[in-house]
Amino acid sequence: MPESWFHALVGGFMIGGAAALMLLGLGRIAGVSGMSARAAGLAETGPPPGLALGFIMGLPLGAWLVARAMGGVALRFPPSAAALVVAGLLVGFGTRLGSGCTSGHGVCGMSRFSSRSIVATLVFMASGIATVAIMNLAGLS
Amino acid sequence: MKQIGIALLSGALFGAGLTYSGMTDPAKVRGFLDVFGAWNPALIFVMGGAMLPMLLAWRLQPRLNAPLASERFSLPGARRIDGKLLGGAVLFGIGWGVAGLCPGPGLTDLALAPRRAATFVLAMLAGMALFRFTSRQIIPQAAKMLGTDEG
Repeated sequence: MPESWFHALVGGFMIGGAAALMLLGLGRIAGVSGMSARAAGLAETGPPPGLALGFIMGLPLGAWLVARAMGGVALRFPPSAAALVVAGLLVGFGTRLGSGCTSGHGVCGMSRFSSRSIVATLVFMASGIATVAIMNLAGLS
Repeated sequence: MKQIGIALLSGALFGAGLTYSGMTDPAKVRGFLDVFGAWNPALIFVMGGAMLPMLLAWRLQPRLNAPLASERFSLPGARRIDGKLLGGAVLFGIGWGVAGLCPGPGLTDLALAPRRAATFVLAMLAGMALFRFTSRQIIPQAAKMLGTDEG
């Protein structure tokens, strides 16, 4: 991966810039799980649904533009649809129960030095690492 | 309308950054979590890159009376580290490890691999709906049993 660290750093900077725009422009956390729940009418509190929907619709729009400019990007999904369904259910339920995901706790909360977000990020990373290790041992990945 | 435009711009920049960083690729994210195998540290650089603008933004935020395009800041104020936070993070981490997808890349990939991303996103929304449905009944009881009731 000769150049991938550079792409990672620059892409990360763009993500942080997007979160900073949300914070300083609209006064809100750019948390994707919270925004999706709000946009889908699955959360009682949060930003105005139209605002949340705008943010969520922006995600694939930005991806489409960059993928076009880069001449396509490689995506390697798990082969089974069942894995995607199980993962989606756990991610959806878990992020709502834990009040955030990689963006809300990881990017926005950790940069605020929120102890809740730092703990949540360490826990979901440890949990993800353990899951991948167990799946590898069991020959599932 | 202006606020929706800013939200769309923020989302588009977020999705662009995810794509440019390579974090839209589930195998790359699983590679980051595979610390005992073929570890790929790229996600650390993504997180590090994202910290820079946000550290600055959090320094500027207290100096503003209000956001630039809204009446007031609406920021989380919770401080307690409780069973919900930890349990939610554990469940989310398992799902993240199974597919290599968290909510941002899942939604972003709708533009890049629509069918597979939609499978994940629909299941994610179902999980969120399940949380909403159960949170008023089951979780308060479980919290009471575990002694983590927030009241």
